Amino acid sequence: MSEQLLFAAEVTLNGLMAGVLYALVALGFVLIFKASGIFNYAQGVMALFAAMTLVGVQQGQIPFSHLINAIFGTEIHHFPWHVPSIIAIIAAAGVMVGFAWIVERYILKHLVGQPDIILFMATIGLAYFMEGFGDLMWGSELKTLDVGLPQGLNETVLDATDKLFGYGFFLDNLDIVATLIAALLVAALTIFSQYSKQGRALRAVADDHSAALSVGISLRFIWVLVWSIAGFVALVAGIMWGAKSGVQFSLSLIALKALPVLMLGGFTSIPGAIIGGLIIGVGEQLFEFAIGPLIGGATQNWFAYVLALIFLVFRPQGLFGEKIIERV
Amino acid sequence: MTFKRVAAASVAALMVASPVMADLVFPSLSYRTGPFAAGGIPYADGFADYMTLLNERDGGVGGVKLQVPECETAYNTEKGVECYEATKGEGALAYNPLSTGITYQLIPKATADDIPLYTPGYGRTSAANGNVFSHVFNFPANYWNGASAAVNHLLDLNGGDLKGKKVILLHFNGAYGKEPIPTLTALGEKHGFEFSTIPVDYPGQEQKSQWLQIRREKPDYVLFWGWGVMNQVAVQEAANIRFPMENFIGVWWSGAEHDVEPAGAAANGYKAVAFHGVGHDYPVFDDINKYVVDAGKAAGDGSNVGTVIYNRGVYAAMMLAEAAKKAQEIHGVKDITSGQMRDGLEQLEITNARMAELGMEGFGPEFKVSCANHGGPGTAAISQWDATAGKWSLISDFGPSDMDVIQPLITADSEAYAAENKIEPQCK
Repeated sequence: MSEQLLFAAEVTLNGLMAGVLYALVALGFVLIFKASGIFNYAQGVMALFAAMTLVGVQQGQIPFSHLINAIFGTEIHHFPWHVPSIIAIIAAAGVMVGFAWIVERYILKHLVGQPDIILFMATIGLAYFMEGFGDLMWGSELKTLDVGLPQGLNETVLDATDKLFGYGFFLDNLDIVATLIAALLVAALTIFSQYSKQGRALRAVADDHSAALSVGISLRFIWVLVWSIAGFVALVAGIMWGAKSGVQFSLSLIALKALPVLMLGGFTSIPGAIIGGLIIGVGEQLFEFAIGPLIGGATQNWFAYVLALIFLVFRPQGLFGEKIIERV
Repeated sequence: MTFKRVAAASVAALMVASPVMADLVFPSLSYRTGPFAAGGIPYADGFADYMTLLNERDGGVGGVKLQVPECETAYNTEKGVECYEATKGEGALAYNPLSTGITYQLIPKATADDIPLYTPGYGRTSAANGNVFSHVFNFPANYWNGASAAVNHLLDLNGGDLKGKKVILLHFNGAYGKEPIPTLTALGEKHGFEFSTIPVDYPGQEQKSQWLQIRREKPDYVLFWGWGVMNQVAVQEAANIRFPMENFIGVWWSGAEHDVEPAGAAANGYKAVAFHGVGHDYPVFDDINKYVVDAGKAAGDGSNVGTVIYNRGVYAAMMLAEAAKKAQEIHGVKDITSGQMRDGLEQLEITNARMAELGMEGFGPEFKVSCANHGGPGTAAISQWDATAGKWSLISDFGPSDMDVIQPLITADSEAYAAENKIEPQCK
């Protein structure tokens, strides 16, 4: 195999892995959009908030310590303990469930029946509120996230490809773990939505709010449920991205990576989010590899959107999105 | 009677609420929120804490207290300009905008308002030419000095010969990241190394393809101009592809504790150019702890004292305070104006003896600012991260940069600016 072909294969493989990470973020959007028709602008900030909460709990940080110290003149910052990662993850997931309940109780409940754009605007407000609230609760400094995930070059892949092709492929251990976790997550979500009572109720709500209400499905419960699941997905995405870069504001910007994935895969399809993520991941990495150096590089951000737009020309609803036909 | 009471109370309230015009006011355009908060917080803390130290220990500068009103920019250029407009009426003597983008916007405004800008280690590099940029000061070093210092270090490592070596600049794909390209291109031609660039778009959370390219091209050295999350990801990705950390050298904005800590032990050996001292083994930090942190008057919780970016904030505040002192001496008044502050900056002289008096011996170079040279000596050192000890250390002295290459670039760029904006030379 020629050297360039080997490089392209390595880039493709890494693109697939990057795509899984994008899909993880997109998944949270899809869940909420499917159940409530809301494009949740706050999904990126939810990932940031969940990761901040995880690190805060893990490191025994006292919530709102800056505020407490400023008001009462105290100097308290940390509890005298560190919490094991698994307990911190469970606690952070619990906080995201509580957050889902608050969102339903104080925002969504009051907006039932409002046009979609109002709900979208509400999530914009929610995003900015959470951004400030998260800073106030845990501080805006960069936090190192360590939950024991492996990172760095995978030796097995390196050795195997070296023996096969005479060139060892680079593959990040963290990306491999992310792929496994994403696969588990998608399998669990698919089983949940297809085979559980709540899952079927969730699909009914996604089809028609009023019809679902008329057969006795609690819209409020479904919304809390779906925002909780989206919160958990945000936590997983926050862990994966935060392990690379530390937990900081920029985590909230990973939502920008999910948008082209959603445009391509469709806003209502879980498999669409995964396939869309993979296409975007591979497409942008290959474009950067082949064309990037000729036009100055740094093409990934804009090329992802170009790719999504090209798909939209042929399938406006996205690859797996539902084609909505409304009778007039 | 009631009216008199209300009037008296109003006057008293106004006196409390308004800034005391006699104070020396240095607004801090800080960013404690947003994508660059990790660097913005320690800088703002260091800047404010040093001014507080002078107030608490010395009663201010020349007996006049210092004020540091903060305005949050979130590193956003529009907000930065709004902050400038909102605070300049408070008697601002100088601005340290801590953003190259904001600096570019403020250069014409501040010059027209007769308020100096102090942009150490950032901003418009060619502002070092005081003949054109009368109100901008970027001593003791600028981006081009930083690029030259990195190349000087490579020359030291290679016995003065870089012929045939391959050097890649991994940079933020914006004005800041592109600043060193002309200098490094010229230095590449001079020293015979092969130079190429790899840009990374904002915010830089995903750099896989860039590092795969580096892995394929196998450069001898990677120079790095990053900021924000781009730094942490780059260090992690370099570790992932097992690029030798000692051959990976960042500029001073890519060399703080928070840039390397997320990568853990894998970041060991990573280097960064520095234009001031690192660590807290300087007497000034004992004073900051005693008069500011322990007294509960610190801007933060005190945990940043002695960290790289905190030290940079302290260094910038010290320069402004010394310039204010110089302005008081030149003009024979305590309550100086911003125009007089500009004169103080232009005639500032930092000696080793004065640095020792300030408790900062060896923290930075000695130098003298002049009308023509607002950029200072352009000296820089190399620092290296020790992951085991969890600290940065200087591994070289502050050395000169290659002004034979840099000065013509400064002259060309500043003269082009002067021609475009019809600026007359200010130095006699």
